[in-house]
Amino acid sequence: MDSTIASILLLDGLTNGAIYAPTNSSTVLVFAVTRVIFIPQGEFVAYGALTLAILQTGQVPGTVWLLLLLAGVAALMELHARWLHHRDLGAAAYAALKTLIAPVLVSLVTIWAAPQQFHLLVQALLSVAVVTAFGPLVYRVAYQSLESATPLVLLIVSVGVHFALTGLGLLFFGAEGFRNPAFWDLRLNLGPVMLSGQTIIIGVASLALIVLLWLFFERSLFGKALRATAVNRLGARLMGISSHAAGQLSFTMAALIGALSGLLIGPTTTIFYDSGFIIGLKGFVAAVVAGLSSYPGALIGAMFVGVIESFGSFWASAFKEVIVFTVILPVLLVRSLTSGHSDEDH
Amino acid sequence: MKSPRTLGLLAFAVAIPLLTVLPLPDFWFTQLNTIGLYSLTCLGLVLLTGVGGLTSFGQAAFVGIGAYTTAVLTVQLGASPWLTLPIGLALTAACALLLALITLRMSGHYLPLATIAWGLSLYYLMGNLEALGKYDGITGIKTLGLAGFDFGEGRGLFVFLWAIVLLAAVAVLNLLDSRAGRAIRALKNGSQMAEAMGVNTFRYKVTIFVLAALLAAVSGWLFAHFQRSVSPTAFGLKMGIEYLFMAVVGGVGHVWGALVGAGLVKLLDDQLQVLLPRLIGTSGSYEIIVFGVALVLVLKYLPDGLWSMVEKKLPRRQRRNDWGDAAPLPERSKPATGELLLDVQAIRKEFGGLVAVNDISFQIRAGQIVGLIGPNGAGKSTTFNLVTGVLKMTRGHVVFAGEKLDGLPSREIARRGMGRTFQHVKMIPDMTVLENVALGAHLRGRKGVVSAMTRLNRDEERQLYREAQRQLERIGMGDYLHEQAGNLAMGLQRLMEIARALCSDPTLLLLDEPAAGLRHKEKQDLIGVLRQLQGEGMSILLVEHDMDLVMEVCDHLVVMEFGTLLTQGPPAQIQQDPKVRAAYLGTEH
Repeated sequence: MDSTIASILLLDGLTNGAIYAPTNSSTVLVFAVTRVIFIPQGEFVAYGALTLAILQTGQVPGTVWLLLLLAGVAALMELHARWLHHRDLGAAAYAALKTLIAPVLVSLVTIWAAPQQFHLLVQALLSVAVVTAFGPLVYRVAYQSLESATPLVLLIVSVGVHFALTGLGLLFFGAEGFRNPAFWDLRLNLGPVMLSGQTIIIGVASLALIVLLWLFFERSLFGKALRATAVNRLGARLMGISSHAAGQLSFTMAALIGALSGLLIGPTTTIFYDSGFIIGLKGFVAAVVAGLSSYPGALIGAMFVGVIESFGSFWASAFKEVIVFTVILPVLLVRSLTSGHSDEDH
Repeated sequence: MKSPRTLGLLAFAVAIPLLTVLPLPDFWFTQLNTIGLYSLTCLGLVLLTGVGGLTSFGQAAFVGIGAYTTAVLTVQLGASPWLTLPIGLALTAACALLLALITLRMSGHYLPLATIAWGLSLYYLMGNLEALGKYDGITGIKTLGLAGFDFGEGRGLFVFLWAIVLLAAVAVLNLLDSRAGRAIRALKNGSQMAEAMGVNTFRYKVTIFVLAALLAAVSGWLFAHFQRSVSPTAFGLKMGIEYLFMAVVGGVGHVWGALVGAGLVKLLDDQLQVLLPRLIGTSGSYEIIVFGVALVLVLKYLPDGLWSMVEKKLPRRQRRNDWGDAAPLPERSKPATGELLLDVQAIRKEFGGLVAVNDISFQIRAGQIVGLIGPNGAGKSTTFNLVTGVLKMTRGHVVFAGEKLDGLPSREIARRGMGRTFQHVKMIPDMTVLENVALGAHLRGRKGVVSAMTRLNRDEERQLYREAQRQLERIGMGDYLHEQAGNLAMGLQRLMEIARALCSDPTLLLLDEPAAGLRHKEKQDLIGVLRQLQGEGMSILLVEHDMDLVMEVCDHLVVMEFGTLLTQGPPAQIQQDPKVRAAYLGTEH
């Protein structure tokens, strides 16, 4: 291998890494706040890319119908829970309505806008809005009543949600794959390396996301409140932080980040209804590299996985995935040797 | 009269050969064979996840190792399948051991993540290796046979396969009801209690992970000779997740839940694969939607699985008392009264800049009851944890019966004769009082997993139960032997912990706030027990808040405040000490 190939591979790897970085940060985020290992993160990525792809064709994306369905279920659950709790129909109806309003609005706007063939950026914005609306609903429907369960139960729930969302993706998008147009068709030749506009967008967007996340959790009161929930649910509740709200908020952020990654990745590769899983899992490997705890660490972890993947596919392309997923073992080994103790009573 | 459980088991064993002579369609046996294969893998998950509290999504990959090993060796090298089974098991054990050693020292969620990664990478490896036939896999595998008799794919294999399933189920049941089984059942609720009973929790976690992998490998070996071909799809992550799904639906805490889950999910899967595409109009694996939703619903509304509903209806198993004439367990030699037993020499614990325990020294002589008292936050519990090896001290020494304990883990300290209880009762609520107490005698037995599975441990088990009963009777709990521990009142739970500690034949008993949360009457009973133990020559270190109790039973008091030793002496002297009064009640300024 000469330096030309190496630099091309490196750039390729860093670009991949920049795509995994947001996914993996939201894994870290969701885990930190709710102790949920959120396997369906990748589904948000696929949903984001596919929603935009369908909007491009001028049709109403299936995600809208799915969103309405999920909102309906969530509203019914909310109605039922409030009714059991207060026996007050007015309050229950109000709570249900509050659950419904945002998803329904987003859906209506999308249904109206779909045939109008607006500019790519408008469609991108709509896609993000649709997928982001999934976040709190998924939390409400699948996780909220299990908030105090052990991380292992929550992990198994995540697997269930992943199954359901993948199957629904197949139902609403079909088995066909899509590739989205680039947002910026710039081409820059820097010596041997060709830098495309999309690469620059990916890099900048991913870096910006991570910095924003870091600022949010380290510097804002809201972010600190979320972290407090993660450390001590009851304590946080006594301080007036609702654990339901914290969970829904973190899932909203996860969905938002997933949708954005979907837009970033859409132009670089063909996305199918089930593509999200592998992307999500690579985000995981990266998150584990980072120890599921820090955002700058998550970025470095993602870059590491991206570069391993691109060099792996050069040397042994058939075994690319094997290499990426086996890397986690030595990383875990190092972690177990350096941390040196197991947690008590988790 | 046999219990309904034993009768059920016998009926099961008789039903297996009987079914084959009934005029049932061959298709039934194909279905039942698949269910049997799934059941074997799920049995491993019951042991690992349901009982041990560890989760693996990678069981399908272990099935794959078993299946591919026999496929490659029998098809390409013409080896006998009876030879490939042990080879496959050895390979699986090696992989599982490696994974376990890497991940099990860390907190709970790393194992499932690692198994996901492992399941995926093995899938891609199988799909890309030329020698394994890439994604097409290997075909032309022969069916199993023995001494000229071909099992085939239907009835013959059915009997063989289900005999293995039944044997495996009985082996797991036997294991769970044994010395090793009690240790495994203690893993789920954190390692502190189990370690204090002398259980090497890491080793048991590795053991059950490897056992579960081996069950999966046997299933894989059978699978290859049943399907007569192998390809990566059957061993991918999706299948790994499905195994866990089966176990959870059936009841991951129950051996029979594994079989129920495997059967139900297999039948449901078949129905949905036909029904859903017809309903939706296009083909595709839509059944995963139903599975996903069902999984969430089960975890929400029936977290113990379907079998738990059956379990509730079954009469509780009564342990037959067969240990009356068992040989007593050997006891360690006890120090003479007045001999120096525990010598705490200037121990210190710093958490960052905070000095929680500041160079504390005190001594306990054999036969003494020493009380460690002090206001909240004085560092009593930290001192207690330093002595018992739960926390590592920054400096200082603890010398116990002439031996330095510095740096020893708590199970090694337990082995040297220190028995302890916990401030918040730690027990296994779904075991009986007797079984919980028998866990305390863990270090006095030797029998391991294999002798437990094959019931070669009976003599030792009888000895352990005899000891457990003796200790319970010693503290006046002889009427509660077969009560479920979780149903006991707080006072009795605390007494049970004392019996469990006594079961380890300790020379020093450490009690962490034994009177916390007790009612007056329960406290009187506790005082009675402590008095009686002292009369029998037991040495006790007591951390306690309750002044009445401490003053009544202790020979010597050690008073701490803000991490430092305030004073020590006999109770009467401490009671008069102005420093102690000031520490508890504040000073006048």
